[in-house]
Parts: sequence; structure tokens; C-alpha cells
Amino acid sequence: MDAGQFLHASRVVIVAGKGGVGKTAVSAALARMAAKEGLTTLVVQVEASSGLARLFGRPPLSYVESSLAPAAGTVAEVRGRTITPDGALLEYLEDHGLRRISRKLVSTGAMDVVSTAAPGIKDILILGKVKSLERSGSADLIVLDAPAAGHAITFLTSVRGLLDAVRVGPINAQARDVLDLLTDPARCSVMLVTLPEETPVNELVETAFMLEDRVGVSLGPVVVNSLYPPLAGLDADPEAAAAEAGVSLRPGEAEALAGAADFRRRRRSLQEAQLARLDDLLPVPQLHLPHLFSADLGPSHVDALAAALRLEVASLPVPPGARPAPAAAPQGR
Amino acid sequence: MSAPPGLSRLVDGAGVLVCCGSGGVGKTTTAAVLALEGAKRGRRAVVVTIDPAKRLADTLGVGALSNTPSHIKGGWPGELWAMMLDTKSTFDDLVTRHSEDEEQARRILDNRFYRNISGALSGTQEYMAGEKLYELHEEDDFDLVVVDTPPTRAALDFIDASRRLTNFLDHRLYRLLMSPTRAYLRAVNLAAQAFVRTVSKVVGSEVLDDALAFFSAFEGMEQGFRDRAARVQALLGDEATAFILVTSPRPDTVEEATYFASKLEESEMSVAALILNRMHPRFGTGRSEGDRTRAEAYSGSALGALYANLADFRSVAEGEELALAGLSARVSPAPVARVPFLADDVHDLDALAHIAGHLFPE
Repeated sequence: MDAGQFLHASRVVIVAGKGGVGKTAVSAALARMAAKEGLTTLVVQVEASSGLARLFGRPPLSYVESSLAPAAGTVAEVRGRTITPDGALLEYLEDHGLRRISRKLVSTGAMDVVSTAAPGIKDILILGKVKSLERSGSADLIVLDAPAAGHAITFLTSVRGLLDAVRVGPINAQARDVLDLLTDPARCSVMLVTLPEETPVNELVETAFMLEDRVGVSLGPVVVNSLYPPLAGLDADPEAAAAEAGVSLRPGEAEALAGAADFRRRRRSLQEAQLARLDDLLPVPQLHLPHLFSADLGPSHVDALAAALRLEVASLPVPPGARPAPAAAPQGR
Repeated sequence: MSAPPGLSRLVDGAGVLVCCGSGGVGKTTTAAVLALEGAKRGRRAVVVTIDPAKRLADTLGVGALSNTPSHIKGGWPGELWAMMLDTKSTFDDLVTRHSEDEEQARRILDNRFYRNISGALSGTQEYMAGEKLYELHEEDDFDLVVVDTPPTRAALDFIDASRRLTNFLDHRLYRLLMSPTRAYLRAVNLAAQAFVRTVSKVVGSEVLDDALAFFSAFEGMEQGFRDRAARVQALLGDEATAFILVTSPRPDTVEEATYFASKLEESEMSVAALILNRMHPRFGTGRSEGDRTRAEAYSGSALGALYANLADFRSVAEGEELALAGLSARVSPAPVARVPFLADDVHDLDALAHIAGHLFPE
């Protein structure tokens, strides 16, 4: 599938997965890939964490949009911001002519009581803000780095729960609008991320079924992150390989080389078994991203992941009935 | 490299071990290993997980974990039990326990606002985790309770759950709602009226009506809740309760662990031990730079591939040491134990025992 076609499929992509699977890195890579296709992209974080900004080598994000990677030539800009419930509530109240007491509502902790009375209200405020950003058309693609683990399910299912609890009023209207967004595949899709390990694969499958059944959201391909790239030649005996190259190894060197080679081979074969298992359990296309042998990821790693993601997308089959990519990025609707 | 004896001392002497850390760092498995070690050392131990840890149930050889502990049989002198926290049933039990009669309990359990609180209120899970461990420790006579916490920043909220609950009950809005009739609202000051009107405008009056019904049904019970919360708080602050920080050696999870360490300090508690999971193995003592040079020199040959691979793992290991340096210094003198990223997945009790071998090498 052509990268442009893939990226134009929906304007909001929610990236979700269990904690520690690299959701934030995948969000960053997707945003950078889109920017390289000329789409101005906004990445939204819902939890205060410096992870995303660090990937782009920037200071922590705030409620106000800031640039994560500038536009250059045909490459569009990647911007980032947070949407916190308190911030979204303040903005909502101010937009509805309730500025006078809005700060008090938040500062007195009344927000806690209100969100107890109608749980899911925080999630609605966040998703409501995402919806208004989508409507405003200020970005061609919005990537939402969703909250971790089981909370992603609560986050997305709370909309239906809230519709049941609050049957009238502005929150109800807001919840309806959000549900319209979530269930329209032309506007929103969910990209689930996992690691090629047993427990994360199980959780991904469970989440995928729950999201389809309980939210009715459209699932895009799943991302399997952190696969050891295949490396030929690891089966060789280090002493023999050294002899062949005409050198001799220092003491202990053969054991270190053999140990590292064995570790990679064993992990790689476990990973392949998990890929096959995932394919059995959830018949959707997989996008594979390589493990980056670095503990601290930065902009060059994001670019490497974006390039890998682009190649993976290119190898996806074109789904029947898919719309062709527009010639140019759509302007605000 | 080996774990200092501190971790054994904790398993032998602590009454409650709380494992904190971000998601995906192996907290649940670590909690199970600690409880298993307790049982092996003759203690009556229970591990409480927060996540629906089906995998842990399989590993322990029980069908499924529920809100009451299951006994795990094995050849150890102590006892091993395991359970999964069910926030809603724990809350229901608490309501039933503190109700004056069945009628009051039923009015609360059937209330929609209550169902919202018990199922979905953020912080309830943390509060109920505290409640459950109090019950296991004080009433069910477990002498070692190992609890895994939710993988969010709110995980440590249960340290001050009682303060939060009290704030909630004392809240102005709550007091307004607690008044017998809405007519009372006319008597309160204008600011408060505007406040309630706003809330009502935003969430709809139905929600406020539900809340009102809940608070009036709850009347008379809050003292019981408060007393209980204070006792849970006291147990968490007791010197027999120890907090164990679990992390993987990546900058983002280390940052979260550092955040937990500072939250504990704010509450005048300290990290009793640091467990570093998923450490990449160290192969020999060389540096990645030299390997990388050799990989390039022999590029295209099998030796080149072997060196490129070794360079990959050594550079990861170097990055891990860098990421961990600050945290290890920060929690000092707490013992630090390292568990390698295993070449195989954790499948059964033998695998847990294997991890225990890294935590308790003596």
C-alpha cells in the first residue's frame, strides 16, 4: 500500500498498547513518517511525561502546541501538545461563558467530585478536545498517544458509559460527537502496539476484540515493535570465523562472541514464534519495527523507525475498496 | 553483581511488601517471586495482583485468580497464596461491613452514583488495594502480603487514600448535597449556588440527583470508612511495610521510578530495595566501541557479524548503566538487585525459581 493512501485513511490515529511496548516511540515514528509525506502532524499526549518530547530532543510538552520537528522542504512539521482533563475542562467552561468560576472549579478540587458523579468525564473532555482539533483541520493528521494498559479500554469505552449516565446537556452532546468520531473509520482508527513476547501479545489480542465489540472503533494494522533484526553469520564458531579471517582472538573473546550470538538467536526464534501466534489469534496485517540497540532514543532513532514503518506500510496489501490517496494534503474542512 | 542480603531480610521480616513501578517492567512476576521466596522461608505469604494476570495464574498452576486468595500447593515449609484484586467486590464488602442494616447496604449498592464510584472512579483501585492488604494482613493472618500496584502515576495514591477520602467527604459540594433538601441551597451563599448550578449545567441534573441519593444513603457510614482508612494509612506507614521499586533499565521507566522514589520521600517513606528487571546480559568486559571497529574491519565475514552483534548488546548494556546510575545513587543505601532479560519467557514455577536465584543468590 502506498504510504500516502495509508496516512490519508483517517485523520485521527489513536496509538494504544500495554505499558512498556514502545507506544510513544511508535507515535513519534508515525508522525515523522506522515510529515515526510507532507502531512502536518500533531502528536497529542494525555499523560504528563517527557517521553515524546525527549524522542524529538525537545523540552517537555505543555497544553499549548509546540514544534517537535520543523518543516523542511517537502517535509511538513511535527507538532506536539498535551491534553490534560483539567486543561480541557477549563477551556470547555471558558468557551461556554463560564470563565468566572471555571478556575475555582478546578482549583477547589470540585473536579474530583464532578468526575466521580460522572466517571468518564475526564476521558470525554480529552477526546472532545481531540475531536475539536480534528474538526478545525489545523493538522492533516492527529496522532493520539493513548494512556497505557487496560486504561486504554476504559478510556475509549467510557464514552458509551457516560451516554448512559448523563442523558441530557452539553456533556451528553459532547459524548455523542466523540462516539461519532470514534466509530467513523474515515475519521478515526486505532493502531495497537505490542512486543513480540507472550504476555503483551495476549493483551493485544484481548484489547483488539474488546475495542471492536465495545466501542466499534476501526482497527488499523497492529505494530509489533522491537524485533531483533536478522543478522546472517551468527551460527559460525568464533574461533573458526577468526581463523578464516586470519586473526586470533584475545582470551575470553570467543565466549563473549558466542554468548551474544546465542542470545540473539534464541530471542529471535521466540519472537518469530510470537509473530506466528499473533497472526493466528488476530488475522490483521502486522507492521514490524526493529529493536534499536540503544537505551536512550533520540531524533535519529525516530527517523530510523519512521523509515522502517514506511517500508512495512509499502508491503501491506491494498484493501479492497480503499480510497486512492488525494493528490495533495486536504485543507481544513 | 549479586544481591545484597537486604532483600532476604525484607522477605524474612516485613509484613507488607509493596512493589511499585511503571507498566511492563515485570512487577507482577517480581511480586510473585517475593511471595514464593517468603513461603520457602517458612512464611504464610500471599501475593495480590492488580492486573488480570492470567499468565501469573497459569505460572502458579491455578485456573484463575479471584478476589479471595487461592492456595498454591508446593514443597515448601510455609504457605503460598495468590489473589487478584477486584475493586468493585472489595468496595461492596466494605459497604456491607459498615452499613447499619441490610436496607442501607442495598440502597447504596443499587445506587448508580455508587456503581460509578466503585467501578470507575480513578483512585478507587488504589484505595481498595490498601483496604485489601489491610484485611489480608490484620484479619486473615497472612504474615507476608506482597502487593503489586497499578502501572500509573496514581499508584502511590493509596498512601494518602485516607486523606483523599476525607477531602472528598468534606468537600463543599458534598456538604451541600448532604443537606436534606435542595431548599437548603437557597440558604447558602450565592457563590456556592452558582457553583452547584454550574456543575449541574455541565453534567446534567440527573447526575446530581444520583449523587444526592448516594450521599444520603451513605449518611452515618462515613465515620466507619474514615476510621478504617486511618488504620490502612497506619499500616502503610508502619515500619513492617516496605516499598520495593521495580524498574527496567530504560530512561523512561527509570524516570518513572525516580518519580515514585520522590513521591515516597514526600510521604516520609523510603525505598527499601530497588529491583532492576530486564537487564540485557553482559558478555565479557569489553566496550562496544572496539567491537564496532572490529565489525567494520571484518565486515562481510562471519567474524564481522559476530562482532556487530556483540557491539549491539554491549552498547545496550552501556546505555543501561548510564540510565541507572542516578537512580541507584538516589535510593542508596537500599539494596539493588539485578535480574537479566531472560533468553526464554517465564512459564512456570521453575522460571520463578530461576528469577529468585538472581534476587536471593545466597
